[in-house]
Amino acid sequence: MFAEENGLKGDPRLQGISNAIRVVPHFPKPGIMFQDITTLLLNHKAFKDAVDIFVDRYRHMNISVVAGVEARGFMFGPSIALAIGAKFVPLSKPGTLPDNAMMCVQNHFPSPYFGEQIGTVEKNRLLLDKSYSTVSKLPSEVISEDYVLEYGTDRLEMHVNAVLPGERALVFDDLVATGGTLSAAIRLLERAGAEVVECACVIGLPVVEEQCRLNGKPLYILVEPREIEDCC
Amino acid sequence: MSAFREEDPRINSIRTKIRLVPNFPKQGIDFLDITTLLLDPKAFKNTIDMFVERYKNKNISVVAGIEARGFIFGPPIALAIGAKFVPLRKPRKLPGEVISEEYTLEYGSDCLEMHLGAVQRGECALVVDDLVATGGTLCAAMNLLERAGAEVVECACVIELPALKDR
Repeated sequence: MFAEENGLKGDPRLQGISNAIRVVPHFPKPGIMFQDITTLLLNHKAFKDAVDIFVDRYRHMNISVVAGVEARGFMFGPSIALAIGAKFVPLSKPGTLPDNAMMCVQNHFPSPYFGEQIGTVEKNRLLLDKSYSTVSKLPSEVISEDYVLEYGTDRLEMHVNAVLPGERALVFDDLVATGGTLSAAIRLLERAGAEVVECACVIGLPVVEEQCRLNGKPLYILVEPREIEDCC
Repeated sequence: MSAFREEDPRINSIRTKIRLVPNFPKQGIDFLDITTLLLDPKAFKNTIDMFVERYKNKNISVVAGIEARGFIFGPPIALAIGAKFVPLRKPRKLPGEVISEEYTLEYGSDCLEMHLGAVQRGECALVVDDLVATGGTLCAAMNLLERAGAEVVECACVIELPALKDR
């Protein structure tokens, strides 16, 4: 649902947020009117207003996880997470999350960055101590979900240990178009055992407006996309 | 310079949350993963607070974050110190007109882009990334900002690789 229909009717902050978004025609390909939020980020008041609106909505919902979709979800999600006391979990494109389980190994890496020692390194392979595992191969820690989006296909990855079963999660992206990306994000979190409370976006395209729900989850959107004629 | 030397008690809570992953993204590279830091709200907040305390009265009007992990730390800092946030991105991600800077990094080479008009001549800027290794990426970021006429006050990172200290 749109913020205006959900208690924020006439809130001047919404107009300021909408005005701060720039439309770039035919990006990334002809026919797409790209909603550029980088201009919102240049406007400190509008950026802060957007974060504040989300924080006010979610601070008392007992949310312990904010999952942000790479990369524009990273620009808003952490600020929301910090303000509501939740952890931030990045949902990344393939290959950017290291799929390795362990906390740091102390002996063979001379640097002050470490936690517990859980094994030793020989010939560049980690041998875990008995108390952890006798397996010399490390389990893959990344779960991934393929999906179709407005202009192509993609895959999202999340660290499995990032989320514990039963945690209440918010999914965040800058914009929802077909809902393909957010649906993949919801599936990832549910596979890890979390309960997705809501999906939140700054901008929502008309095709999801009537739906108001994705995979049965509510959707909260600040503003509609701008038309090219609106912009100066 | 490293805040680590000043022995702020929050440093240890931050340090122990960072995860080392050997041989990622390729053999021989020890990857320092900050995503585990983000899973601890208190440690993440401490990280941001330390940067905000350092930069809040330095007249900084631009925080530039390097894709993608700089996008995680940069905006909260920008919001807290009253600055705008400018994403510095991999090629062809930014939709508008851009300026580009090519650079070599620890494991390969790449190109960083910034929107034209994001930064005005004379603005004071802070560059943020999660980690500094050779400094190649940060130098490219500084070049972009300076080409746009900004003055880079400092580069801020959560992690500095020890072999490359003393800058």
